[in-house]
Amino acid sequence: MRSLRSAGGRLRKAGGSWNRQHGPERREGWGAAVGAGFLVLVGTGCLPTLPPADLTFINGAEPESLDPALALSIEDLRVTQPLFEGLTRNDPVTAAPRPGLAERWEISPDGRTYTFHLRPGTVWSTGEPLTADAVEFSWLRVLDPVTGAGYASLLFVVEDAEAWHLGRLPPPARPAFRARGPRVFEVRLRHPTPYFLDLCALPTLAVVPRAAIERLGEAWTRSRPLPVSGPYQLEFWRLNDRVRLRKNPRYWDAAGPALEVVDLLSVAHPGTAFNLYETGHADVIWDRNLVPPELLDRLRARPDCHRFDFLATYFLRFNVTRPPLDDPRVRRALSLAVDRRRIVERITRGGEQPAGGLVPPGTAHHQSVRAVAHDLPAARRLLAEAGYPGGAGLRPLRYLYWTAGSGAGQEHAQIAVELRAMWGEGLGVRLELDNREKRVFIAAQRALDYDVSQSSWVGDYNDPTTFLDLFQSRNGNNRTGWADADYDALLAQAQAEPDPARRAGLLARAEQRLVGEAAVVAPVYFSSGFHFYRPDRVAGIYPNLLDVHPLQAIRRLEGGKPVQRRPASGR
Amino acid sequence: MSEPNALSPGRRAWCRFRARRSGWVAAWFLVGLVGLAVVGPWVSPYGPEAFAGAPFEPPSWRHWAGTDVHGRDVLTRVLVGARLSLVVGMVGALISLGIGVLWGAVAGYAGGRVDAVMMRTVDVLYTLPTLVLVIVLVTVLNGWVARWEAAGVPVNPAHARLAGLLVGIGAVSWLTMARVVRGEVLSLRRRAFVEAARALGAGPGRILGRHVLPHLVGVVIAYLALTVPAVVLYESFLSFLGLGIQPPAASLGSLLAAGAAQINPLRMYWWLLVFPAGTLAAALLALNLAGDALRDALDPRAVG
Amino acid sequence: MRYVLRRLGFMGPLLLVISLLAFALIRLAPGGPFDRERQVPPEIERQLQARYHLDEPVLRQYLRFLGGLLRGDLGPSMRYRSHSVNDLLAAGLPVSLSIGLLAFGLALGLGLPLGVVAAVRQAAPAGHLANAAALAALCIPTFVAGPLWVMWLGVKWQWFPVALWGSPAHLVLPVLTLGLYFAGRVARLMREGMLDTLPSPHLITARAKGLSEAAVFWRHAFRPAVRPVVSYAGPMLADLLTGSFVVENLFQLPGLGLFMVHSAFNRDYPVVVGLVLLYAGLLLVLNLVSDLILAWLDPRVRYE
Repeated sequence: MRSLRSAGGRLRKAGGSWNRQHGPERREGWGAAVGAGFLVLVGTGCLPTLPPADLTFINGAEPESLDPALALSIEDLRVTQPLFEGLTRNDPVTAAPRPGLAERWEISPDGRTYTFHLRPGTVWSTGEPLTADAVEFSWLRVLDPVTGAGYASLLFVVEDAEAWHLGRLPPPARPAFRARGPRVFEVRLRHPTPYFLDLCALPTLAVVPRAAIERLGEAWTRSRPLPVSGPYQLEFWRLNDRVRLRKNPRYWDAAGPALEVVDLLSVAHPGTAFNLYETGHADVIWDRNLVPPELLDRLRARPDCHRFDFLATYFLRFNVTRPPLDDPRVRRALSLAVDRRRIVERITRGGEQPAGGLVPPGTAHHQSVRAVAHDLPAARRLLAEAGYPGGAGLRPLRYLYWTAGSGAGQEHAQIAVELRAMWGEGLGVRLELDNREKRVFIAAQRALDYDVSQSSWVGDYNDPTTFLDLFQSRNGNNRTGWADADYDALLAQAQAEPDPARRAGLLARAEQRLVGEAAVVAPVYFSSGFHFYRPDRVAGIYPNLLDVHPLQAIRRLEGGKPVQRRPASGR
Repeated sequence: MSEPNALSPGRRAWCRFRARRSGWVAAWFLVGLVGLAVVGPWVSPYGPEAFAGAPFEPPSWRHWAGTDVHGRDVLTRVLVGARLSLVVGMVGALISLGIGVLWGAVAGYAGGRVDAVMMRTVDVLYTLPTLVLVIVLVTVLNGWVARWEAAGVPVNPAHARLAGLLVGIGAVSWLTMARVVRGEVLSLRRRAFVEAARALGAGPGRILGRHVLPHLVGVVIAYLALTVPAVVLYESFLSFLGLGIQPPAASLGSLLAAGAAQINPLRMYWWLLVFPAGTLAAALLALNLAGDALRDALDPRAVG
Repeated sequence: MRYVLRRLGFMGPLLLVISLLAFALIRLAPGGPFDRERQVPPEIERQLQARYHLDEPVLRQYLRFLGGLLRGDLGPSMRYRSHSVNDLLAAGLPVSLSIGLLAFGLALGLGLPLGVVAAVRQAAPAGHLANAAALAALCIPTFVAGPLWVMWLGVKWQWFPVALWGSPAHLVLPVLTLGLYFAGRVARLMREGMLDTLPSPHLITARAKGLSEAAVFWRHAFRPAVRPVVSYAGPMLADLLTGSFVVENLFQLPGLGLFMVHSAFNRDYPVVVGLVLLYAGLLLVLNLVSDLILAWLDPRVRYE
């Protein structure tokens, strides 16, 4: 104790002597602070300033990975699509599948065997030849659970793929796709799949470089140079800032892409994205969530706003395992009481269409279904039939949703507030709003710890099954507790049905059952997509249902004319 | 330091407080605001959650502060929000005052090992990620609420959310106060008057209570006046992240966050920002002025 | 010196406790890093859990983490799977450091003089003005001030870039937004310290000794008066250096503040723990420095 105290004494003395030696010590402190600030300024000033890109896109939230097999969100897909190509690629105008790495293919008469012929002389961006082996490797990698590919199930349309994925296939057997020679690739499907060529254009099934992956494992996307198969190669990826792409001179269609250098900015805050765009720091906004939602009505009148329909539905899930929502009449009553027009006019304001079914209109192979519409008297009648006239005797229901930040997050809350009022005033149903942080929301939804839950779904490929498959009894995305043998049977029948018209009819019956009779989900609206770009500055972006816009088709205009392309070595 | 006066210290302080005009006005303003926040929502012809008008109506005679996206009356919501923010600020201030001052004073006065342990505890709490803490707290409380609900107790998940929020905010609001107070006490405890009291045989409790704490009044009030806005704004930050107050309820902070989202160069629904911001600013200003007056009034060195 | 060594020696175990708490807390939060709105097939989920050892008991995971820590490896990010936590920190730290140091400089450079003026000219217009400026800075949150600065200086007048990271010009608006808010708090604390010191008898003594007004001010008034600011500055600097979520989100800066919030939301366990450790280390060191400055400012303060 004593010795410690004397240490304190020494400290004090030291302090005293400093004091005497340096009179105006504060000023020195100022000097140090200013000096440090200056150093920092100089330090940051020395950062190499980036040369501007030919075109700058605002891509949205930070992509998780550049590995096409791991890409999940629309932001990931938009970054990986130009880097890695598959057997087919999307048409810039219609998004329909067109020859990609495969120059042509044959389909067997039963619609189950596809034989792809790869382009001769195709190489990686690093110069090595790209052969059919690479396709086989890439697809097996997607199916291998160790890879952790979120969309692995897309390949389950291939014979034996699911069994192999689950480890239920005796070892020498492989999924039914293989390279037959360096340029021929053959696939055998479980049943005829009209959208199989669309799947081949998805980044999940794109071709990835085996050598780099085997050398570096998980971190392979950080190898430099990164061997890519698509029209653009990676210049750099700075987290929370941007991904910069440069044209791949070894791409088979190297004459196609017009832009030399492209920036994809990671900006999640809508106000920031809009400010960057308005001040000319960005040329294209890719997403409606990246502009302040209150401005949409005004922005829609401008020539740089481009609205389009795409495959996305906003809907509500009902938890059918808990009373009173185990009664389909109650669920249907709630669904009928949702004034969808009010929501799209007041809240979303983007020209969305009120939804009467789950599958958006315009989906290929789809028969439009109108299973539900705003009808308050019918809703009241149904609720009374179920034994709750005017909502009497009904416990408060819990509405699960999530919000975060501004923009889309706030829209969820606003829709929740509207629903609460509609059901409260219209049916006498009390709704408790339960706003959870997103991961908690997902966990609660999976555990069926809710009554009604906010939901939305974006179609992966242009077919009703991308929506309807969700509610099969054993689908992990079902999350309603609803298991219906009839529904499963309808989908299975449709799957085996070779006649497109009859298949569409079966799918429509399934949708009617899901949304109408069983009312497991209450569709709210079909989303609108928005792009913002000045038509006199950017060309080559076309609206399509998949919201896919290949970078190689996009051009920069100056004064309404295409810009002279610079030679590849120009910078 | 001053001679014993005919008036009791409390009464003397009261007289001095009344003599400060700005403090007096500020105090009345605060009382008025609290009153409005309590009574206002009943006086207002609109419910805070009722869709009373068209969306985004500018201020008018019908809606003095305009309406929001749902057509709800902004003035009513500001008053209701002020009520909630006052509660949040009050809880933060009380915890800061109760735990923070005591913790810092004891640590600073005791010194040595006690000080080390207490201040390192503060450090540990300081570094815990509050965001995660609030997520966990709210989830745990929600679990309890679900169990009580199942047992038939009338509870509301919104209350669980509020409780989790308050505990989370409370857990961090007192830490800096403890540090500031300890720093002051470390210096005070070697002063002549404290040494004198000790020499006279006063116990540590008496010395802290009678001699040290009165000298801290200024700093404590100043820091308290910083804590209240910090806590209110922290709540709005959590609301912005979707962790704070639950819609359709409102707090000044969540209204402010909604208003801030309106700032853009094309078109501003300015009333959504100006009214909550104005209310918050006025309340905080009044709080600080009243705090200044209180500090002067309670200063042990000031002469009668 | 021994005191300093002892505090430094304390830091190791303290960081261990903090990391354990953070480790446990984030795992208590419901939902995991691989939960998505779009569920991955169960077999894949199982493999992912195994890859990141999430299927092991938490204690085992913690020991594994400690083993990595000894080698200076904070583990892989579970969100940005091609990056390690070290990569993320190395990328974000320079950005947050530059912004944080500059904002700290602005906060002190503006806050201290403002606080002194507000106290010394307490009754004069200059003092009122300084006080009002400090209060205004205090009660306008960064998420309101930031967008306003951007709208006027960035969009309308186009003096500075509205967002992104690149040239020194990109620093101006974020530093302004962040620095002014803290300047308000520094000014209030400084004013309070000054008001507390000015009536002290030792100032009269110092003047009586014939010291120049400047010497009296710097040596006898400013030194004790700046103590509350110093107590507060430790945590403030630690906060600033590890980045501000609001500012980085608003200006899209690739700093640490974004990771602070996003990692908690994404349940990116290793990133949360890594950031908490970094923040804790900074905080402990800065608090120590702030305590040492306190002792140096006031010879009566002794550490035992």
